Amino acid sequence: MYRINPDTDMPFVEEFRRQPVGRHSPGLMRILNTLRYDPSGRQIVLFCRKPFAEWQIAEMPANRQQPLVFEDSPIFTNRDEAEWEVFRRRWFAATGQHLNQPFRSADEA
Amino acid sequence: MLKILGYPDRYSVAPGEAISFQISLEEGETFDARIVRVLNGDCNPAGPGLDLPHHPSSVDGTYPGQKRRADAGSFMRAEGVPPLSAFSFRALLWPTLLARSGQVIAAQWDAATHTGFYLELDKGRPCLVVGDGTGAVRRETLPHAMLERKWYALSFSLDRETGDFRISLSPQRRDFGVEDAGERVGRFATPGAPSAGPFYLAGLPLPDGTIGCHFNGKIEAPALLAGSEAHAPLAASPLSTSFASRLIAAWDFSDGIRTTRATDRGPLRLHGSLVNLPARGMKGSGWTGTHHSWQAAPAEYGAVHFHEDDLYDAGWPADIVWQLPEDAKSGAYALHVRCGETGPEAMRECYIPFFIRPPRVKKPGIARPKVAFLAPTCSYMAYANHGEHITVRGVERLMGRLLHFGHQDVYLYDHPELCHSLYDKHADGSGVCYSSRVRPNINCAPRYHSWLGGDGSSLYQYNADTHLFGWLAHHGIEYDIITDEDLHRDGYPLIADYDVILTGSHPEYHSTAMWDAMKSWIDRGGRLMYMGGNGWYWRIAFHDELPGVIEVRRAEDGIRSWEAEPGEYYHSFTGEYGGLWRRCGRPPNMMAGIGFVAQGFDVSSPYRRAPDADNPRAAFIFEGVEDEVIGDFGLIGGGAAGIELDCINPLLGSPPNILRLASSEDHSPLMLLVNEEFTATQPNLGGDQNERVRADLSFYETAAGGAVFATGSIAWCGSLPCNGYENNISRITLNALKRFMDPKPFV
Repeated sequence: MYRINPDTDMPFVEEFRRQPVGRHSPGLMRILNTLRYDPSGRQIVLFCRKPFAEWQIAEMPANRQQPLVFEDSPIFTNRDEAEWEVFRRRWFAATGQHLNQPFRSADEA
Repeated sequence: MLKILGYPDRYSVAPGEAISFQISLEEGETFDARIVRVLNGDCNPAGPGLDLPHHPSSVDGTYPGQKRRADAGSFMRAEGVPPLSAFSFRALLWPTLLARSGQVIAAQWDAATHTGFYLELDKGRPCLVVGDGTGAVRRETLPHAMLERKWYALSFSLDRETGDFRISLSPQRRDFGVEDAGERVGRFATPGAPSAGPFYLAGLPLPDGTIGCHFNGKIEAPALLAGSEAHAPLAASPLSTSFASRLIAAWDFSDGIRTTRATDRGPLRLHGSLVNLPARGMKGSGWTGTHHSWQAAPAEYGAVHFHEDDLYDAGWPADIVWQLPEDAKSGAYALHVRCGETGPEAMRECYIPFFIRPPRVKKPGIARPKVAFLAPTCSYMAYANHGEHITVRGVERLMGRLLHFGHQDVYLYDHPELCHSLYDKHADGSGVCYSSRVRPNINCAPRYHSWLGGDGSSLYQYNADTHLFGWLAHHGIEYDIITDEDLHRDGYPLIADYDVILTGSHPEYHSTAMWDAMKSWIDRGGRLMYMGGNGWYWRIAFHDELPGVIEVRRAEDGIRSWEAEPGEYYHSFTGEYGGLWRRCGRPPNMMAGIGFVAQGFDVSSPYRRAPDADNPRAAFIFEGVEDEVIGDFGLIGGGAAGIELDCINPLLGSPPNILRLASSEDHSPLMLLVNEEFTATQPNLGGDQNERVRADLSFYETAAGGAVFATGSIAWCGSLPCNGYENNISRITLNALKRFMDPKPFV
């Protein structure tokens, strides 16, 4: 399995941040396929509590018979921002590196 | 959280007939109800918006409601088994979920008084439980545990007079180092008392009136005999005829595979009923592999596979019955129920869709519309309560974005008793091959947004089809709606008089009768508008006796989320060979000119005009459309070509006169070639690198003066509403429809 290199794979981080959902390069696809696999069996999902308006991160435990766990905070008002947040957490879990950029900087906004 | 839900007793109802609605109210004591027409179930602010106008009816009002639950789990019940005092039981077992404790294999048990007996598995160890009604319940457990997916003979004898018992287990095959054979004899201090109630297999009656403690796995040749007996003769299959005079009952599941009846070969004829559709036509312990059809060797298919998560009929009583007026107009409707305000913390409304079909008997002098929409209710049923976003960990990779859950999905997560779609696996890992509409179908509704539905509106199947309803309403097209089930039952005569039939975005599942009827209609001059992709893909079968349930066997090949076991490719409902229509010798290209080639769920793509667009035969289609690129917009993934794509292939039956009007391009790397299109795995399966990944917008005339217009994309309908329905996809579709409505023959 591919081992993410936080230095050489950094361009793909930027590619993802610019467009979390879309036609991704092979290098970013490999990163995402790696990050989206959780051997523990837990699965992060995005709960849309208000259609097209508000989202929360939630997690399914590995055991199907246990309940969903919702994060009360933050409430996202932009779906792509939620994608970036989950990406950041998974990147940290895989590399130990903090991605401290916001989803959109003041300049980009 | 979802605070109200329900289901109708039918998806198709004719004027003058009645339809009932069964509701579970999760909060409060009353709910409001009304009928609405369904013209657009998509609240995406980028689209035209929800359009669910009130349809005044006698249903309008407030109703009392209560919480209701489905009693999931399959079992056999046999009435008339006498109270058993000195007897033996034997069965052949193939357990599949031993981690689940307290699974009952056989029982004659009074749940209120704890009288009788039951045989259960305690982490794979057989355990005999007896009770005498005084509260004294005794258990004796064999210390030997079974392994999953291995055949065993299990038997016990019990003499209540003396208290003597024997429990024995023997595998069909010995494995080195595995201690899964053994016997225990002993004496119960209090051996219980017989119960006079029904005999159960694979479940136990509980004090609340439900059946629980379901066994997961196959049971074959269960039998009850008078008196005690050693294990070895009871382990034989078939049982020796020397036991004939001692038989109390011997159920032979190889008989009546198409039915819900469990035939008792004994003289008392204590036939059982199989409840909640456990899987039949299943290989038994003696399957040799010589025959793969249960019809060729029924004795080798004497097993029934029971599951704790089988459900045929939720059994909720009717809360509302609507007697339709005689002049009710054909169309898409829903019962809208509400129990308060919907907010971020809870959804307090629900839409339960149904279709009003034309009258069953044509009324003389009344002209029906010449256009019909064939509602793909078999496909809606196939996807009912589709739960792979819950159970397939890592499916996010395939979606290319985080898995979308709404309030309805949270309800589905919290209520596994509503059971599964044909895409799911049971808790024991076996494929779900039956899907019923006689239960809530959570994802088949206006306002449901699907994790599968493409970035943007995220709609799939029913709610995606509402884009087409809105488009037809916008253009003032008069049309009837008929459903797959209507077509299956009524055949070609149902559609003979329509000039034009439009499909939904994803008409994937068809019975033989449906397939034959549609082909007859096309071959006799019908004009088909195939408004989607991945059509005519899987064969399904209906049950001879039970309404509203379909069966699929996910046999070799095809995009499939589970695989039928070798030897189990034949439908239990009909005996037909199951699987892809392509593998049955009828590729979709034979029906609509094009066939499934790729699928991808993240973003969609445009089409580019092809040289055939300028062929004079197709001039009417592109009238007013000069664009080179069409459909570079859409509510389903941002393009008209997406989700699942079909293309031309003469080797699979695309006709020689088919015109390739436009083909899609610029696909996402997640738009992947389907597995039946390659026989050896290729390194370039994605739409960015594989030249075969494309949708072909196509047209051809048929010899009888009809024609076929095929879009080749599930996402096509999602582009219809863009820019207030003013766009090139909408124009092309309208051009085709208007010409198709003109009765002048094409050739």
